[in-house]
Amino acid sequence: MTSTPPAEPGGRATDTIDPFSTGPLPPDPTAPAGRLPRLAALLTGVVALAAGGLLGVILGWGVAPVVAVAWVVFVVAFPLWSLLVENRRKAVDRLVTTLVWTAFVLAMIPLVSLMVTVVAKGAPAISGNFLTADMSGRALLDGSGGIFHALVGTLLVTVIAAVIAVPVGVLTAVWLVEYGKGTRLAGVITFLVDVMTGIPSIVAGLFAFAFFQVVLAEPLPRLAVGGGVALSLLMLPTVIRAVEEMLKLVPEDLREASYALGVPKWRTIVKVVLPTAVAGIVTGVTLAVARVAGETAPLLLIVGTAYQTNWNPFDGGTATLPTFIFGSLSKTSHFKYGDAWSDAIWGAALVLIVIVMTLNVVARVIGSVFAPKTGK
Amino acid sequence: MPGVAALALLLTACGGDDDNGSGGNGGEASGVDYGTLEGELIAGGASSQESAQNAWLVGFQEVAPNVAVTYEPVGSGDGRTNFINGGYAFAGSDAYLTDDEGELSDATERCAGTDPIEIPNYVSPIAVIFNVPGVDELNLTPEAVAGIFAGEITSWNDPAIAESNEGANLPDADITPVHRSDESGTTENFTDYLDAAAGDVWTAGVVETWPTDAGGEAGNGTSGVVQVVTENENTIGYADASQAGGLGQANIGVGDEFVPPSADAAAKILEVSPRVEGRPDVDLAVDLDHTTAEAGVYPIVLTSYLLACQQYEDQATADLVKGYLSYVVSDEGQELAAAEAGAAPLSDSLQEEIQGIIDGISASS
Amino acid sequence: MTAVREEPPVQEVAGRRIGDAVFSRAALVSSLLVIVFLAGVAVFLLIKGLPAFDAEPDQLNERSSLWSLVGALLFGTVLASIIAMLIVTPLSIGLGLVISHYAPRRIARPVGFLVDLLAAVPSVVFGLWGIIVLAPYLQPMHEWLVDNLGWLPFFDGPASTTGRTILTAGVVLALMALPIVTAIMREVFAQTPRAHEEAALALGATRWEMIRMTVLPYGRSGMVAALLLGLGRALGETMAVAMVLSATGVVVNWDVVSSQSSNTIAAYIALGYKEASPIKVSVLIFAGLALFLLTFVVNFLGRWIATRGVVKG
Repeated sequence: MTSTPPAEPGGRATDTIDPFSTGPLPPDPTAPAGRLPRLAALLTGVVALAAGGLLGVILGWGVAPVVAVAWVVFVVAFPLWSLLVENRRKAVDRLVTTLVWTAFVLAMIPLVSLMVTVVAKGAPAISGNFLTADMSGRALLDGSGGIFHALVGTLLVTVIAAVIAVPVGVLTAVWLVEYGKGTRLAGVITFLVDVMTGIPSIVAGLFAFAFFQVVLAEPLPRLAVGGGVALSLLMLPTVIRAVEEMLKLVPEDLREASYALGVPKWRTIVKVVLPTAVAGIVTGVTLAVARVAGETAPLLLIVGTAYQTNWNPFDGGTATLPTFIFGSLSKTSHFKYGDAWSDAIWGAALVLIVIVMTLNVVARVIGSVFAPKTGK
Repeated sequence: MPGVAALALLLTACGGDDDNGSGGNGGEASGVDYGTLEGELIAGGASSQESAQNAWLVGFQEVAPNVAVTYEPVGSGDGRTNFINGGYAFAGSDAYLTDDEGELSDATERCAGTDPIEIPNYVSPIAVIFNVPGVDELNLTPEAVAGIFAGEITSWNDPAIAESNEGANLPDADITPVHRSDESGTTENFTDYLDAAAGDVWTAGVVETWPTDAGGEAGNGTSGVVQVVTENENTIGYADASQAGGLGQANIGVGDEFVPPSADAAAKILEVSPRVEGRPDVDLAVDLDHTTAEAGVYPIVLTSYLLACQQYEDQATADLVKGYLSYVVSDEGQELAAAEAGAAPLSDSLQEEIQGIIDGISASS
Repeated sequence: MTAVREEPPVQEVAGRRIGDAVFSRAALVSSLLVIVFLAGVAVFLLIKGLPAFDAEPDQLNERSSLWSLVGALLFGTVLASIIAMLIVTPLSIGLGLVISHYAPRRIARPVGFLVDLLAAVPSVVFGLWGIIVLAPYLQPMHEWLVDNLGWLPFFDGPASTTGRTILTAGVVLALMALPIVTAIMREVFAQTPRAHEEAALALGATRWEMIRMTVLPYGRSGMVAALLLGLGRALGETMAVAMVLSATGVVVNWDVVSSQSSNTIAAYIALGYKEASPIKVSVLIFAGLALFLLTFVVNFLGRWIATRGVVKG
C-alpha cells in the first residue's frame, strides 16, 4: 500500500531547489536518517484495529464505530511514528497517503455496494428469452417477456445522439482551442457551452418535442431520431468540455514541431494533436454516452412507449432501457406480477451497464490503436 | 398458463360471431367486427389506468390482430393535453374535464363541436396499507384514518385505533404515515374521502398534492409509497389496492361495519353516487358519495375516466376507437381487467349505457 | 508521428490551403451550431415559461408568489448540491490520485473501469438503491446527528424514521456525480508531464511533495472543470432525488435530517409534471428556467476561477 516511489533517498534530501515556486521544501538538518520497516503500515493497522476492537468489545459497539476508531488511531499513530523515526516531510507524506487511500475506500464502498446490488438482483433475470423477446402480447401483463425492444431502442437513440454530438463537439472544441483562441467569438461560444451544461434534461426533451411537432406537422411526434436530438443536446457540452480540456493539455511543443516540419495546420491537428489527446477524448465521449444512455425524462416525451421492437428510427415510438425501467417501476407493486417486473427492472439495469461496459472497452481499444506510442 | 390460453380462446370466439348491432345487452360487443379492423391507435393519460389498459390492449390485440393500440402512462394532465391537441385518439384521466382552465371547451372543439365522451371506465379501491409487526388485521373508522394522516393520532395504541381493534396486539410505537410526494389522482381521491367522511379532523380539503403541514414521510408514485411502507415498520400509507403488493390492508368503517377493500365493494359506490349536474348524456362524470352508509360499499375509491369524441375527423379512427372502447366495456374486457389489473367491473346497467354512447361514435365528414 | 521530409510540390501547397480552409470552416460551423441549438432552447423556454406569472397561489403549492416558490426550490437545490459536493470533492481527488499515482497498475485499471461503468447506471436505479440499501443504512446516523449535533440548525431534528432525507439525497447525488468527476480528474492527473514529476522526485521530493508541486498545479483548471461537471449533474438530477427524497410541497428548511425536507427544482418538475394543467406546466417550465440560470451562474463562476488560476507547466 505504501510502496515508496523510486529514487527516494531516505531522509537525506536536505538541500533541494524548488523549481516550481509553489512553496519551498523545508530543509530539515536535524532529520534522523531512519526509515520505517516495510510492514510498518500493516503493523500500525493491526494495532489500530485491535485498539478499536478492544474498545468495541468493552462498550458493545457495532462494526462501523470500531472501524472508525481504528481509522482515527491509524491516522494519528502512523504519521507520528514516521515523525519520530524519519522526519517531518516523510510524516506528512505518510499522512497524505493514508488520507488519499481513505478517500478511495470511502468512495468504493457505496459504488461497489451499488454494483453488487445490480448484479445480484439483475443476473437471475438474464436469460436467452429476456434478451431476445419483447414485451408484446401477454408478456405486457405478466412481465414474462424480454427487453429486446428496449435494447434496440437504446442502441438507436444513443447512436443517433453520438453521431450528432461527437463530430459537432470535437470540431467545436478544435475550433475553440486551435483556431478561435482569444477571439471574441470563442469567448461567446465558450460562454454558451457553459450555458448549455445547465439545460435541464427534461427541457431538452420538451425542445425536441416542440421542434419535431413543427417539422413533421404532427400533433404528437414519436420517433427515435427525436430522442437522439434531445440526447445530443445534453451530450454536446460534455463532449466539448472534455475534448477542450484534453486539447489544452497537449504540449505546445508538439504543434510547433509539426509546423516547423511544414505540416499544414489541419494535418497537424488530425495527425498530431487529436491522437495525442485521444485517450482523454475517448474517455470524455464514452462518459457522455454513458451519461445520456441512462437518461429517462426527455425520452418519455419524444420517443414515447412501445411494447414491440421498432427498428425504424424515423417513425413510431420505441422503448429504451431507461424508459423501460422507469415505466416498469409502477408495475413492481402489482398484486399478481410485481416480482416479475421487479426482476425485469434489475435485469434491464444490468444489461444497460453491460452495454456501456462494452462501449467502454471498444472505445478504449480504438483509442489505444490510434494513440501515439509514448513512454506512458 | 392454461387459464390464460382458455381465456384467449374464449375471447377469440366471442370476437368472431357478433357482427350485428344489437345495442349492447349487458355489454356483449355490438356492431363491431373486430377482425376487420386495421390500423394504429395512440392513446395515453392517467398512470392509474395503466395495468387495466394494458390488459385491454393485450386482449384487444388477440381479437383484432391487425390493430396496434398503445397506451402511454404519461399522467392525466399530459393525457388531457394530448387528447385536446389531437395527439391521442382517446385519453385516460383521473379527473373529469372542467372549464376551470377551458379544457372542456377545448375538448369540444377538438371533437368537431360535439360534447366529449367521459366514461368512468376504471374503478379501483384505494387501500390503506400498513406495516405493523404482529398486526394482520386492522379496523379503522373514518375519523381514525383522518387523524392518523393529519398527524393527530401518533401512536399505534391510541384509543381511537384500539377501540375498533379489540384483541389486536397494537404496539406502543409511533405511527409513520406515508403519502404520495407527487401530484396524483390517488391523493385527490383519498383526500376527497377524508374531507367528506371526517371533515372536522381532516381540515386541509381536497388536494392533488399532499399538504405540507400534515407531516409524515413521502414516496414517489404508488410504487414509491408501497416501497416505503414495505421497507419500514410501523408505517401506514394509501395505494391503489391492485398495486399494494402483499401488505396488510385496513378495513374501513362504513356505517356500523368495517369493509375490506375489494373490487366489488368499490364498484358499488358508482351505483350510489350522483352524476355531475348539467352534463350531456354522453358525459358520465360522477361526484362520489364517500359518506354513504350503504352496506358492503368500500368508500375510498379511485375513479378514472376515458375521454373520447363522438365525432372523429376520419372514419378509420372512429371505427378503431369504437371497436376498442366496445371491447373495453364488453364482458370479456371487464373480466380481463378484473383478473389482470384488479379493477372493479362495471355494473350491467352502466355497461349497457356506456355501450349505447360508444355506438354513437362516428366520423364528422 | 508524421514528419514531412521534403519540400512539398506546388499543387500540394494549394491542396493544403484548401484542406485548411475546409477544416477550419467545418470547425467554425460546428461552433456556430451550438449557438443555434441554444437560441432554440432559450426561445422555447421563454415562450412556454412566461405565462407562469399568471398563476394563482393554488397552482404554486400555496406559496404567495412565483418568486417565493422558485426561491424556496432554489434553496433546496443548492442545499442538496452543497452536501453532494462536500462529499464529492475530497473523494474524487483521492480516488483520482489513487488511480493515477498511488495504486499499482493492476489495481488502478480495473478500478478506473468500474468507476466509468458507474457513470452509466440510470438514475432510476440509483434511486432504487438509495431507498432499499442506503436510506435504511444511514437512518441511525440521522439519529446520532440529532442527538449529538442537534445544536446546529442542520441537525435540529426530529430525525426522519426512514432516513429518506435531503442528507441521504445528497449522498446519492454525490455518488452519481463521483464517476464523472473522478474519470476526468484521473485523466487530468495522468496528463502531468512525466518530466516534471521525475524532476521533482529526482530532487528528493516525497510523493506528496511531488503531487503538490507538479500534479495539482498542472491540473487545476481540469479539476475545477471536473467538479463543475459533477455539480451540473447534481443540480439537474431528477429521478433519483424524486425517489429518495421524502419531500412534500415546497418548504424552506435548513434541517437536513428531518422528513420535512426542502425540495429540489428538478425533482419538483418530475413530481408535478405528470398531472399538471397548462398553467402549472408553465410554472414548472419557469422553474426549469431558474435551474438553467442557476447552473449557468455556477458554471460561469467556476470557469472564471479556473481560467484565472491556471498555472501553465
